[in-house]
Amino acid sequence: MSIRLGGIIAGLAITAVLLFWSLAPGVYNYAFGPAPEKQPSYAFYEHGEGPEGGFSFDGAFGKWDYAQLQRGYQVYKEVCSACHSLKFVAFRNLQELGYTEAEVDAEAASWTVPGIDPATGETTTRPGEPTDYFPMPFPNAIAAAAANNNAIPPDLSLMTKARHDGSNYVYSLLTGYTEPDPEKAAKVGFETPVGLYFNKHFPNVNIAMAPPLAVDGQVTYADGTNATIPQMATDVAAFLTWTAEPSLVQRKQTGWFVIGFLLFATVLAFLSYKQIWAGLKPKKG
Amino acid sequence: MSFAWAKQYEPQTALTKWLDDKLPLPRLVYSAVGAGYPVPRNLNYMWNFGVLAGFCLMIQIVTGVVLAMHYAANATVAFGTVEHIMRNVNYGWMLRYAHANGASFFFIVIYMHIFRGLFYSSYKAPREMIWLLGVVIFLLMMATAFMGYVLPWGQMSFWGAQVITGLFSAIPLVGEPLQVWLLGGFAPDNAALNRFFSLHFLMPFVIAGVVILHIWALHIPGSSNPTGVEVKQESDTVPFHPYYTTKDGFGLGVFLILFTTMVFFLPNALGHPDNYIEANPLSTPAHIVPEWYFWPFYAILRAFTGDLSIPFTGIVLIPAKLLGVIAMFGSILLWFILPWLDKSPVRSGHYRPLFRKFFWFGLIPTMIALFICGGAPAEEPYVVISQIATAYYFLHFLVILPIISQIEVPKALPFSITEAVLGNSKAAEAPRATGVVGGGDAGSLPDGSLQPAE
Repeated sequence: MSIRLGGIIAGLAITAVLLFWSLAPGVYNYAFGPAPEKQPSYAFYEHGEGPEGGFSFDGAFGKWDYAQLQRGYQVYKEVCSACHSLKFVAFRNLQELGYTEAEVDAEAASWTVPGIDPATGETTTRPGEPTDYFPMPFPNAIAAAAANNNAIPPDLSLMTKARHDGSNYVYSLLTGYTEPDPEKAAKVGFETPVGLYFNKHFPNVNIAMAPPLAVDGQVTYADGTNATIPQMATDVAAFLTWTAEPSLVQRKQTGWFVIGFLLFATVLAFLSYKQIWAGLKPKKG
Repeated sequence: MSFAWAKQYEPQTALTKWLDDKLPLPRLVYSAVGAGYPVPRNLNYMWNFGVLAGFCLMIQIVTGVVLAMHYAANATVAFGTVEHIMRNVNYGWMLRYAHANGASFFFIVIYMHIFRGLFYSSYKAPREMIWLLGVVIFLLMMATAFMGYVLPWGQMSFWGAQVITGLFSAIPLVGEPLQVWLLGGFAPDNAALNRFFSLHFLMPFVIAGVVILHIWALHIPGSSNPTGVEVKQESDTVPFHPYYTTKDGFGLGVFLILFTTMVFFLPNALGHPDNYIEANPLSTPAHIVPEWYFWPFYAILRAFTGDLSIPFTGIVLIPAKLLGVIAMFGSILLWFILPWLDKSPVRSGHYRPLFRKFFWFGLIPTMIALFICGGAPAEEPYVVISQIATAYYFLHFLVILPIISQIEVPKALPFSITEAVLGNSKAAEAPRATGVVGGGDAGSLPDGSLQPAE
């Protein structure tokens, strides 16, 4: 009895404290206090959509489009890699994009990576080997910030998993550089600060990255695909999906095998359950 | 323990006879989860979740031990070794996704298990000890899951560790030194990561130990059942094997299909994207949220927005942060006195019309509201909703349950489990075991005094 009495008193006390000291002032503020200020940039943000038709790896049966991944790699190499690292990916991984061993050797050698002079022990640079990881574009974070108006370009290895709906986010961000609606901007006094760029798909719409894909044909694709801005954005978003999760397609294929087996095993388990219990269940009617 | 009609293990071969003499391990298994454990014949699918929880613990231990072979608990490389597991370890991605989603499914299963216990009042005499040990397991699980989430050393790992250990700083006088002592520094860093890894490895085995006590305590009175009427006779029970091994086997199959669907097709759906950004003490995420299974308790923590002060004097008695911390821990700790708060002699919610209304239309919507608010940013209307829901949560357990257990008129209970399953007439014909009452351990047999409302 005393436990119950104590419980009732404690319960009423907690509720009273909550209602009178937290809820009541909150409701009063909400009703009579100043309205919460919203950043003017909220009015300009638009949720980004993916490329038309989606990606080849979308869905439960999705597969890589290797030609697209190779084009995306080319965009990374010729555009993004000037500022963005890819530190969790090694050149050897490129073989998964459909390159032969010899092509990977040649591709690795086209990059310059930090090395040690075997004769003097001095730090130097050398051509990359398949076992090397993609090199960092800046020697350190301070250098990266200094070269980019104080914003450090993030590593791209995991970018599509580090943002909600990442593949579509990367695509929409790369194609989201527009001008704010001038009428609306004048009305709320919105202006993009100097050194930043307006991008309607970036959460606070002012991004430090200059439009990386500025003109059609910025990259000359080896396979002759017309390099429009949406095409380049789609390709590099696909490539970055692969860098974030190289096992994506293998994972889905393994999943079908596992679930197929489990369905079979579960049906057997259900039948054995029904058979064992058959004699026990009351007959209907 | 167990009932008089429980079958005894009989070794057949020379080897098993020899083993039974020296170390009767097969006998223990036979009596615990074999044909020697009589179980009520009317258990529904809600009784599958105990076995499933045990299975989840095994998944976590097996995948976790292998992951630990490839992981390094050092703040400079931890994030990279997780990526090493994802990219270079054979089927490392599968191990890691199974472990991360395994934690989520462990909590889904455990919440079903707990709320089954709440609806059928499984915490009532003579099963209080099972319930108390279960609450201990739940608390250990929460600690283990929290520390495990820190190990990948992503942004949410780091800031989650900062926020959760920061809760201890709300304790008066010793709070700040306590937080520094827990973290081994002023902010989460290598010292914190190392000890969290060590404890995260240790705790599952502590949980396994308490699980053994939980099952031991279960075997004293035997399993409860959906009618809440205690076992009276042999026809009320069936042997655990093969009856419930096959039923649990089917339940396990359904569970594994759902689990593997998440692991192979939506492995990151239950996680936060920010945890794929390496921990950065200089950049605070926009919204720091814990894993989804902590959201209801996180909502209770954040519901207290005002200090408890003497009006018009500005004297603060208890700061809001401390109120929130007390309420959050209190919301789980009150489960420890639940068997003594709800004194209704009827167990099952099916026979308690008033209790059932408050359960389905009070407690369950409240938990859903707290869940949603805990995952939402701290702005209106979520704050007000979480405050009302928190108030109801405490009123439900501490005020409403004791009162309805006094005033409620329960429905008529069936005489026995057999009658509930087969109907009145057939129950009389059902085969009954000899020596129905009496014999066996006195504490284990239904002695009538435990029978509700007869």
